Amino acid sequence: MEWEVVIGLEIHAQLSTTSKIFSGASTAYGAEPNTQACAVDLGLPGVLPVLNEKVVELAARFGLATHSTVAKRSVFARKNYFYPDLPKGYQISQFELPIVHEGYIDIDLDDDTTRRIGITRAHLEEDAGKSLHEGFVGETGIDLNRAGTPLLEIVSEPDMRSAKQAVAYMKKIHALVRYLDICDGNMQEGSFRCDANVSIRPKGQKEFGTRTEIKNINSFRFVERAINFEVERQIDVIEGGGKIVQETRLYDSDRDETRPMRSKEEANDYRYFPDPDLLPVILDDDFIESVRKTLPELPEAKRERFISEYGLSHRDAVVLTSSREMADYFERATETSGGEGKLAANWVSGELSGLLNREGIDIDASPVTAEQLGGLLKRISDNTISGKIAKQVFEAMCQGEGDADTVIEKKGLKQITDSGAIEKLVREVLDRNPKQVEQYRGGQEKLLGFFVGQVMKATQGKANPGEVNKILKQLLSGD
Amino acid sequence: MHQKSLSELAAGLRAGEFTSESLTSHFLDRIKRLDGELNSVVTLTEAQALQAAREADQRIAAGNAGPLTGIPFLHKDIFCTEGIRTSCGSRMLDNFEAPYDATVSEKLKQAGAVMLGKTNMDEFAMGSSNETSFYGPVKNPWDRERVPGGSSGGSAAAVAARLAPIATGTDTGGSIRQPAALCGITGLKPTYGRVSRYGMIAFASSLDQGGPFAGSAADAAVLLQAMAGFDPRDSTSLDRPVDDYTAGLEQDLDGLVIGLPKEFFDEGLDTEVRAVMEAAVDEYRKLGATVKEISLPNSGLSVPVYYVVAPAECSSNLSRMDGVRFGHRCENPKDLDDLYTRSRGEGFGAEVKRRIMIGTYALSAGYYDAYYLKAQQIRRLIRDDFVKAFEDVDVIMGPTSPTTAFKLGEKADDPVTMYLSDIYTIAVNLAGLPGMSIPAGLVNGLPVGLQLIGNYFEEGRLLNVAHRYQQVTDWHTQRPAGYA
Repeated sequence: MEWEVVIGLEIHAQLSTTSKIFSGASTAYGAEPNTQACAVDLGLPGVLPVLNEKVVELAARFGLATHSTVAKRSVFARKNYFYPDLPKGYQISQFELPIVHEGYIDIDLDDDTTRRIGITRAHLEEDAGKSLHEGFVGETGIDLNRAGTPLLEIVSEPDMRSAKQAVAYMKKIHALVRYLDICDGNMQEGSFRCDANVSIRPKGQKEFGTRTEIKNINSFRFVERAINFEVERQIDVIEGGGKIVQETRLYDSDRDETRPMRSKEEANDYRYFPDPDLLPVILDDDFIESVRKTLPELPEAKRERFISEYGLSHRDAVVLTSSREMADYFERATETSGGEGKLAANWVSGELSGLLNREGIDIDASPVTAEQLGGLLKRISDNTISGKIAKQVFEAMCQGEGDADTVIEKKGLKQITDSGAIEKLVREVLDRNPKQVEQYRGGQEKLLGFFVGQVMKATQGKANPGEVNKILKQLLSGD
Repeated sequence: MHQKSLSELAAGLRAGEFTSESLTSHFLDRIKRLDGELNSVVTLTEAQALQAAREADQRIAAGNAGPLTGIPFLHKDIFCTEGIRTSCGSRMLDNFEAPYDATVSEKLKQAGAVMLGKTNMDEFAMGSSNETSFYGPVKNPWDRERVPGGSSGGSAAAVAARLAPIATGTDTGGSIRQPAALCGITGLKPTYGRVSRYGMIAFASSLDQGGPFAGSAADAAVLLQAMAGFDPRDSTSLDRPVDDYTAGLEQDLDGLVIGLPKEFFDEGLDTEVRAVMEAAVDEYRKLGATVKEISLPNSGLSVPVYYVVAPAECSSNLSRMDGVRFGHRCENPKDLDDLYTRSRGEGFGAEVKRRIMIGTYALSAGYYDAYYLKAQQIRRLIRDDFVKAFEDVDVIMGPTSPTTAFKLGEKADDPVTMYLSDIYTIAVNLAGLPGMSIPAGLVNGLPVGLQLIGNYFEEGRLLNVAHRYQQVTDWHTQRPAGYA
């Protein structure tokens, strides 16, 4: 039987605000447990929530960037369940009337086509605290620093058909929230994480199969692995004559498997109802338009501009616009290089990306700044150095030896383009190798490479290769 | 000294006839002497009260006293008070000391009012007789075999017995007006959103509203003035200026149109209470008012609607009482479920549990539409009835409670009969309107309350209408025997 995989993602993006969604406490990460939880976050008797207006603007930005409707009226609701890290015994979320609904984004697939993924809704909610098990025996610690942190939960349609597509979608949303400057996207700190709803059905069948939900996955790699594991598991169960149980599962990255999670409450009835402590959020057209004006250039528009402005290939443009930081880096490098867009594209997606991958660092933390790279590219384009020497200079720049001109100067890597000097060198090489000269003249023209190599060796690669070729050919044939 | 009005007390303080310290001591003595039987005060804060009184005396001496500076008051134990236990009448919070002041507590502190202590109440404000309190029932000073009403029974009984000149209360379905009626004092529930709910432990968030108890409308005006106002910490608080309640008291009632809802005078009403209502309305005619019969056709649905909405909200509001961060925690919990089950099982009383169960049921999947959603729809109809009525009348009048104070234990085992004691007050909370109860007569030696209902934000009008009546009658000056 051929199976089709159906995936929908619920992404939780922590909104970049300095204070919490319903209190004035700080949202900074990494403080001592319970030092960033005020009376409201602790859910003490008598306290009341007050909406942080900033989150409304950030959510609206997301809605506008995903072709969604930004609701003129949205309502906060209480999701009731008991858990020790949920101080009030309910989470304030949005249920029937979310702030953003019905939009889409297009993801780029490996075959250079795109696929449209529907966004069902995006709603505002508060995060819960954290249960701490390490360092406690027979007890559980509760850290409420995270309680009340603003989240935007982005719910997709079940439009993805493979783990790869799910990763592409998640990466696209990740890039988008960073483009929009509404979430720092830090997955280690839990600022960006997702739940995956996974089901399978026989290819061609219309009805969806029973789905399972894999909770709290916080890396792109784990999303792919968790979904692939879950798909295999579901196929095994069904082909073995079993049935899929609708349940919540946990992905264990150490064992690379998913397994059923202890349910938060035996019965999953959250008894949603509108929160009587908060008024509905009413937005007018003026507000929505004012938010629209703050939108930055979005990935698609940037990609098209890169293609037309710099003459990049579609593939290069997709790669370079995959994050706002990379796009900015590319544009700054191009500018400093004197408009060498294509060259900059090759270097950013080639040498630089290789370096960053090897070192496991973000482009923001690159040891070579965009301006430094641009300076290097400028020296390639004005023939001060060859592409080959440039790699050597780049390595030195990575080691912190300064900008391109400094390195070229210090190491004497300036290309020898003076034909008189090159001719002198060539003559020396020919004089030292009379046998090879004879053979070349006897018809073994392959030996030209040998002579070029000798000249380059003598100049440590600094001779302009075109010039060397030209002069060699001249002397070998003319003499 | 304890029979003086607030304006007399303030004048006496300013004139140096007595100090706030001596006034405070006087009321503290009365509480210590007389409250043993009444049980209206659960926490007496003697040392803090005397300290606050001395500070008030300095402020008076410095010439920057307000109308409440140096005036003792009792505070319903539902308002959080920094460093002083706030129990809400429950074992669950018997050990709870809030690390912060409710907005109302803070405002009264700033006004220089002197808190004598915290008053007894039905557990989490759920009750109409003050019999559900973990600290035992409050007795009605008019007849100590009878209930004072609830849930603010402690505050009402204390003011009736003149253990304090004024007290705070909260009203979710009648919890200020009904005890005010049963104890023969003046009580006012403001428009929803007029008094901040921040720090007022929530029973039913969309209905709860704090308000004053006093010996007269004029005194209630002074206390309400200090309690009311926009609070950015309460999103349901309304950003609109507060009227000067005292300034409007003397306004003439000539031409006032009073609406009498026929539904409030049906067969459920005690005939003697009805006679008191008729006499009160006659007084108003003499003051120049005209009377019109009106209809609130959906008001009969108030009690069932209320007993869906209020329990639904309370079932969620009380979830935070889980034994994890504060409040009662059971001994040696075996696991998480055991911690929850026993902490809540031991911490809550029967009526609270009953309402949590009703509310949980009403919000459950499959029942939400039939109960909670339907109740909210009817709630809108009830509100619309009032909006329509106020197109033709200035103020609506009727009984506060169908009967006078009933005996302790009389309705305790019959929740539905108990719930019906609030039949005339509940609709006002559902509509979010201001309502008031003033003493209008005695039946068999027990006080009867006249309820006044005003349009949104017309607290000032209500106080004016009540005050003019109190100028020509003396029901509000009658005192229960033994507390004169």
